[in-house]
Amino acid sequence: MTTRWFGEPVRRNEDPRFLTGEGTYVDDIHPPGTLQAAVLRSPIAHANITKIDVCAARALEGVVAVWTWEDLGDVFRPSPMSVPHESLTHPKTQYPLARDKVNYVGEPIAFVVAHDRYIAEDACDVIEVDFEPLPAVVDLEAAVAPDAILVHDDVPGNVAATLTQQVGDPDRAFAEADHVFTARLYLERGAGQPMETRAVLAQWDELEHVLTVWDTTQAPLSIRNGLAVLLGLPENGVRVVAPDVGGGFGTKIMMFYAEEVLVPLAAYKLRRPVKWVEDRREHLIASNHERGQLHESAIALRADGTILGVRDTFLHDTGAYTPYGIVVPIVTSTQLPGPYRIPNYFSESRTVYTNKVPVSPYRGAGRPHGVFVMERLIDLAAREMGMDRAEIRFKNFIAPDEFPYDVGLTFQDGAPTRYDSGNYQAGLAKVLSHIDYEGFPAYQARMRDEGRFIGLGMASYVEGTGIGPYEGAHVRVDGTAQKVVVATCVGTQGQGHETSFAQIVADELGIRPDQVEITTGDSRSMNWGSGTYASRSAVVTGNAVGVSARAVRAKAATIAAELFEANPADIEFENERVFVNGSPEYGLPLWDVAIVANPIRYAYGSQAAKAIAMRKQRPGPPLPDGDDPGLEARKYFSPAQAAFASGNHAAIVEVDPETGIVTILRYVAVHDCGRVINPMIVEGQVHGGVAQGIGGSFYERMVYTPEGQPLSTTFMDYLIPTAMEIPSIEVDHIETPSPLNPLGIKGAGEAGVIPVPALMAQALEDALSPWKVRVTELPLNPGEIRALVRAGIDPEHVNA
Amino acid sequence: MIVTERAVSVSVNGATYARTIPVRLLLSDFIRNELGLTGTHLGCEHGVCGCCTILLDGQAVRSCLMFAVQADGHELITVEGLAPAPGQLHPLQEAFRQEHALQCGYCTPGFLTTLIPFLESNRDPSELEIRQALSGNLCRCTGYQNIVKAVQRAAREMRTVEPGR
Repeated sequence: MTTRWFGEPVRRNEDPRFLTGEGTYVDDIHPPGTLQAAVLRSPIAHANITKIDVCAARALEGVVAVWTWEDLGDVFRPSPMSVPHESLTHPKTQYPLARDKVNYVGEPIAFVVAHDRYIAEDACDVIEVDFEPLPAVVDLEAAVAPDAILVHDDVPGNVAATLTQQVGDPDRAFAEADHVFTARLYLERGAGQPMETRAVLAQWDELEHVLTVWDTTQAPLSIRNGLAVLLGLPENGVRVVAPDVGGGFGTKIMMFYAEEVLVPLAAYKLRRPVKWVEDRREHLIASNHERGQLHESAIALRADGTILGVRDTFLHDTGAYTPYGIVVPIVTSTQLPGPYRIPNYFSESRTVYTNKVPVSPYRGAGRPHGVFVMERLIDLAAREMGMDRAEIRFKNFIAPDEFPYDVGLTFQDGAPTRYDSGNYQAGLAKVLSHIDYEGFPAYQARMRDEGRFIGLGMASYVEGTGIGPYEGAHVRVDGTAQKVVVATCVGTQGQGHETSFAQIVADELGIRPDQVEITTGDSRSMNWGSGTYASRSAVVTGNAVGVSARAVRAKAATIAAELFEANPADIEFENERVFVNGSPEYGLPLWDVAIVANPIRYAYGSQAAKAIAMRKQRPGPPLPDGDDPGLEARKYFSPAQAAFASGNHAAIVEVDPETGIVTILRYVAVHDCGRVINPMIVEGQVHGGVAQGIGGSFYERMVYTPEGQPLSTTFMDYLIPTAMEIPSIEVDHIETPSPLNPLGIKGAGEAGVIPVPALMAQALEDALSPWKVRVTELPLNPGEIRALVRAGIDPEHVNA
Repeated sequence: MIVTERAVSVSVNGATYARTIPVRLLLSDFIRNELGLTGTHLGCEHGVCGCCTILLDGQAVRSCLMFAVQADGHELITVEGLAPAPGQLHPLQEAFRQEHALQCGYCTPGFLTTLIPFLESNRDPSELEIRQALSGNLCRCTGYQNIVKAVQRAAREMRTVEPGR
């Protein structure tokens, strides 16, 4: 029986180094003579700069360089608009350093390179900048008011883009509906906040004429390509490495963050290694945020609860720039319909400039917002129409036999939003059974009798994952080292790629996952690729690894078949051996086949030497036409469209109406990401996602004053939930394999976070139903929940 | 004259290091940059996240909240000093691996160093006690539950290994 690794909870290859302190994060790399950089950032949200004086900073002992925009030469240009869109009529990307105006607190103004970070920060302290403050645009609705102050003088109304999408005839649907309900819904700003902040180290190699850049980026090849253009170097003159990266969650993908230009430029110009490591305050005020949308929405239904149509118009806060185009609002508008059949749908988003940190995708990337709106509308309809909230969902789910199902919208990759497979009924039924939905009302009543207020929430979502254009993998059997070496160029930030990709290879080649060494995020090992985002690495790179390993297997089978005069189809791979099916004695270690595969080889092992001797002399050249030496292959996988994962979550929460404190008593997630490579890893992804969703529901909030001053500037203000707030999360799976890729997988990285705010809103309302509390925005802290209770109506709890 | 440098002598993972260092140098920067022990990570540098936790005379402390000069004459243990030998893992480290209690690995050293004295003082902790012990360390990847399971497993293992203690 062949061991199959795919689907097993294989322990991770990467763990031993992380557990012993031997991981290599960017700040752990410190070439001799490395200089350290610091960035002077704007303390004002909106201002003209009238003067920058760096004399005192330059004079400081230990300071090597102090740069303002004037020192940047040709590099002083705006970052490329990496995701253009026809609706994005007024895009704005950032310059590496501000010239005559700043548009948010945290915007870089000057860049200091010194012998150490302490001195670099001393130098920042003595740079003098004169500002002429301008009124700031902070509130979303104020930003689009007729007399609004403009963030950018040449962007009328502060609107970067207006995007509309429509399916069917929403006007007619609303006119003919038996019921129409409307809601105004808001999700506040939040951010990924990986435990490792961003960092960049660059070193110019005078011998090789290569600029090596170690960067916490999720997309090293994109950075490599951009830097080569910007610095006028050939592509192979820039090497970008994303080594071990301490979490990303979307925040670490940008083209470019200013420091990703300034640090390489400094290393190139100064001919010294230069390092910049962001501190947490910088990360909170100057690395990209997300969430931040205000929706006005409506749902139209027939009397029996059938959804006829949904209308949604929303304002999307993009901050001061649009570095990531309008990806987030596109995803919101296309993923809002979720698992429901919505024949008539109208969505209009306005992407609005404000004097705040730019916005780019954070785990979930627009979906938590859309799902919040859709689920809130369904909850509203169910309540007003007196329907059971599960029943209305089952009634409107797309049926299992309707796939592929075309939603009628254009997804973020420009392809149709066409669901490839799924079974939303089975998912919801499973989660409701786990949480005992049927028994809940009795439980709730019993608890109420004890003076405890508990509520149940459920939410469902669909997530487009694994978009193109493509990723590649290079798989090579190293016969001498007796391992398989795999190169990919997606960055990895904790997802366990070194293990799940190894499982795929191990199955193909009949070896163990710990015999497979995966390289991620090094532009030198793969020249083409895109990056880790949109829950795509397992889908796109995983399948590239799979097809490459399969090609290696085919080649090894051909060689073995030739040696043993057998049919390649009869060659088996097991326990590191390649052999003729049914005749294990006719076989060789895989490692020896690799040695045989090279016409120029030095075989010391007796078996390998024997095998080489066995290989018959063929006519023609030693390396036949069309053949390559060695046991290796480099293949790419390019999906036609996204693979649509889905999930159904449910939770039971307890709310203390006196204090507003919420305790999550149970949380169950039923998840469908197609075929699961490693359930341990997938469940870990779901746990972490849910935890971030809980943070975004109750704790995490980027607060700005009306003047645009960020107040969430430490972890004492921006509250990351701890082990005391996050419950144990029960995870179960259903598997509807994707027909769109050979492995049948869908992405899982973002999934956990998506339905949490929607679910928590419902659970809060359920728990606080005696007060008829309505939840229309999140996060809500205890004080705000308490305020909702006080404002509520409750004949029985007049003193509450 | 203001003293800007001072000589210190610190024992780290059993080896003694004598250095003359700026008085404003953080202990965390001293460990990472002067001693090259980069397993101790910095997540916030204001004492909340716990990534930089080390053991100082057996107690878990935040190295970002101390100056290096304050460690003069003390014994430190960092994550590099936890495993019994190269290529081996401490039972707590092994439990973290078995329970998938780490993803990106960045917060992990701080969790391990926080938990060593905890498990020494409480050999059979309840889930609530474990969660309280973890509550000063932030993890952004795992949602904590596998860390809790790892601590439970490690406590079991450590009781079996040293039943007489």
